[in-house]
Amino acid sequence: MSGQAELKFIRSQFSDALPPPMRTSGFFHWARENLFSSVFNSVLTILILFGLYQVIPGMIDRLIITAVWTANSSKDCNAELLGHPVGVCWGFVNAHWGYFIFGQYPEHLRWRPELFFALEALGLAWLLVPSIPRKDWAMIYFFIIFPIVGFFLLNGSETLGLTPVQTHFWGGFLVSIVIGTVGIVISVPLGILLALGRRSHMPVARSASVVVIEFIRGVPLITVLFMANVMFPLFVPEGWRPDPLLRVLVGVALFFSAYMAETVRGGLQAIPRGQYEAAQALGLSYWQMMVKIILPQALKIVIPGIVNNFIGLLKDTTLVAIVNIFDFLKVIEASLNNPVWRLSQMPFAGYLFAAIVYFILCYGMARYSMSVEKRLATDHRH
Amino acid sequence: MSVGVEGRPSDSKVVFYNDPRIRSLFLQLLLLGLIVALFWFAYDNTVTNLRKRNIAQGFAFWDVEAGFDISQTLISYSAASSYGRAFWVGLLNTMLVSLVSIFFATILGVIIGILRLSRNWLVAKLAMVYVEIFRNVPLLLILYFWYRGVLGLLPEPRDSIKLPADILLNTRGLLMPKPVFADAFIYPLIAFVSTVILGAVLFWWARRVQARTGNRPNAGLFSTSMIIGLPLIVFFLSGSPLSFDVPVQGRFNASGGMTLPPEFVSLVIGLTTYTAAFIAENVRAGIVAISKGQTEASQALGLSHGQTIRLVIMPQALRVIVPLLNSEYLSLTKNSSLGVSIGYPDLVNVFTGTVLNQTGQAVEMVSVTMLVYLTLSLLTSAFMNWFNRRVALVER
Repeated sequence: MSGQAELKFIRSQFSDALPPPMRTSGFFHWARENLFSSVFNSVLTILILFGLYQVIPGMIDRLIITAVWTANSSKDCNAELLGHPVGVCWGFVNAHWGYFIFGQYPEHLRWRPELFFALEALGLAWLLVPSIPRKDWAMIYFFIIFPIVGFFLLNGSETLGLTPVQTHFWGGFLVSIVIGTVGIVISVPLGILLALGRRSHMPVARSASVVVIEFIRGVPLITVLFMANVMFPLFVPEGWRPDPLLRVLVGVALFFSAYMAETVRGGLQAIPRGQYEAAQALGLSYWQMMVKIILPQALKIVIPGIVNNFIGLLKDTTLVAIVNIFDFLKVIEASLNNPVWRLSQMPFAGYLFAAIVYFILCYGMARYSMSVEKRLATDHRH
Repeated sequence: MSVGVEGRPSDSKVVFYNDPRIRSLFLQLLLLGLIVALFWFAYDNTVTNLRKRNIAQGFAFWDVEAGFDISQTLISYSAASSYGRAFWVGLLNTMLVSLVSIFFATILGVIIGILRLSRNWLVAKLAMVYVEIFRNVPLLLILYFWYRGVLGLLPEPRDSIKLPADILLNTRGLLMPKPVFADAFIYPLIAFVSTVILGAVLFWWARRVQARTGNRPNAGLFSTSMIIGLPLIVFFLSGSPLSFDVPVQGRFNASGGMTLPPEFVSLVIGLTTYTAAFIAENVRAGIVAISKGQTEASQALGLSHGQTIRLVIMPQALRVIVPLLNSEYLSLTKNSSLGVSIGYPDLVNVFTGTVLNQTGQAVEMVSVTMLVYLTLSLLTSAFMNWFNRRVALVER
């Protein structure tokens, strides 16, 4: 008993108060947590800040301050001739602006591709901005009306009083957008058909779809383009002589249909069996079931996937340059090869401009697809 | 969607054209007919067109003398070699550039993917900027950028940029010392192989001991010093049987050493920087997919940070990462065909380019090229599936 009494301890006075906790908000707390959380991290942060300090002022100097904004030839950007350091030659882009956007499309007719761009922007906005209603009309507009109107606008037609413009005058950004648009307009419906075929119970339809999808996904786009370019003219009667741009369009559309099919298939698989069975129990036919019940749900799920496919499609349109179609990248290449503009720093300006344009388009679409994903994810949160 | 029809009595009133079985049969026959008609149409036209244009058919060209040179060859080849030989040269070049790029892209991608998850905000943001830039710009543009924008600025041979270790950089490409092996080099090689085997045995023994007693003998340091040290000692004892043929800078050209042509270098850099961004995203996705509870549980068990990553997080993350890597490797291999745009003599360039232009046999060339890529794709995915099963087994 006495041993226990000795162990008893009763504090007779208050202990000192603990210091207040460190800041849990504000910039300094954030910096301590995220930049200087350990000795190693602090050293790393300081090294990176020093590196950025070394690089960024020079970049701003070359890209903006000493950059040349207007030029008539490479002489205006040549540091040796000018006698002072010269940054990026944006004058090269400035001088070729119309050529980069429209290629050799006749200048007095350029309102037509401009209208085409506007109609396309309208269709895309209608389809993709969630708050604009009537997506069914948007589909009809973008996949049926707009392609027909766009074709007559760009190609021209004597009966409509629009001067015909042959495709070898088309070029630049216009051609890239045309290829991308035709790619998406054809590959979405064709991809849906292939995806349905792959999930069909009919052995012939299923095996045909599987062969097409797996074959196309197994070969590089460039070989499909070569095939479209050199083999497609052999497949048709001699008199047809398919237009070079048309050949490439067929190749690109087929190629992306296979990728689209796999994306759509993912959406179809995500629809619960009950939806199929309920539709069948209501006595709907196969196509009624697909169009009214399954596809509206499946396509909604795969919008991010379709947009990601479209990013890939837009990036891959550059490959048509290899089969001599004058797309955005090819017109820049062609301008770089012009002796008037030949200078060793010039490619840097041209490619940087192209990279900025592609980056804005692709990054914008990627952000959109992420926002859709987030919006869809909230629907299913428990 | 066929509806179950097995139990239906034979005297039902359904008209024959509403019978799902007959409908399905009819539709399939129609589809089959369409496909056959399409193929026949294409075949018939092709034969007629080829005959009219006087273009040969078949693979008789395979043994014909090619008559053109290829700038980079892994096997002996000259203009007198056959088209068949040119095919193998192109195929090997494609495989070389793909394998080298896969190697570097994996390393760079894994590093950037891990950096994206760094607790240091600046590091994470820099990694993110890298990923976003390279994911959202066309690969062809990246290739042009490296080939013409950066490597195009390189100086003439007489003003070569000198890098450490006797590496020269000029318009001819990257010039590196070429190792020359003497016969006695076999001894350090044997020493190396045997120490690696010994190290593996030690590692296995350490794991056994750890499984039995819970304490892990520190075999790592010993094995590492043995694997590095012993071959070095043997190397010097056998009289340093390795020398380097160093490139010497000349006025118009450099002699000696081995040259990596600028096309090869920019293709590797382009494919690596582009694919690394995608691999980084896959690695990040794989690590993020592992729930935080796993880290907390292993910390509660007293594992160190390194052990947590190595023994708990990575084996599970790999299950997510490996299938994604598989498709990245496949698309890298297919993307290597873009080398044609900067003049790298890969399969597409040699076969669908030069050989097709000389013979005009479009059908044969494009089909062979496509079949090769199809085979490469199938082989890669078979290998990765095998590897995938291994990873899945290790973790259970």
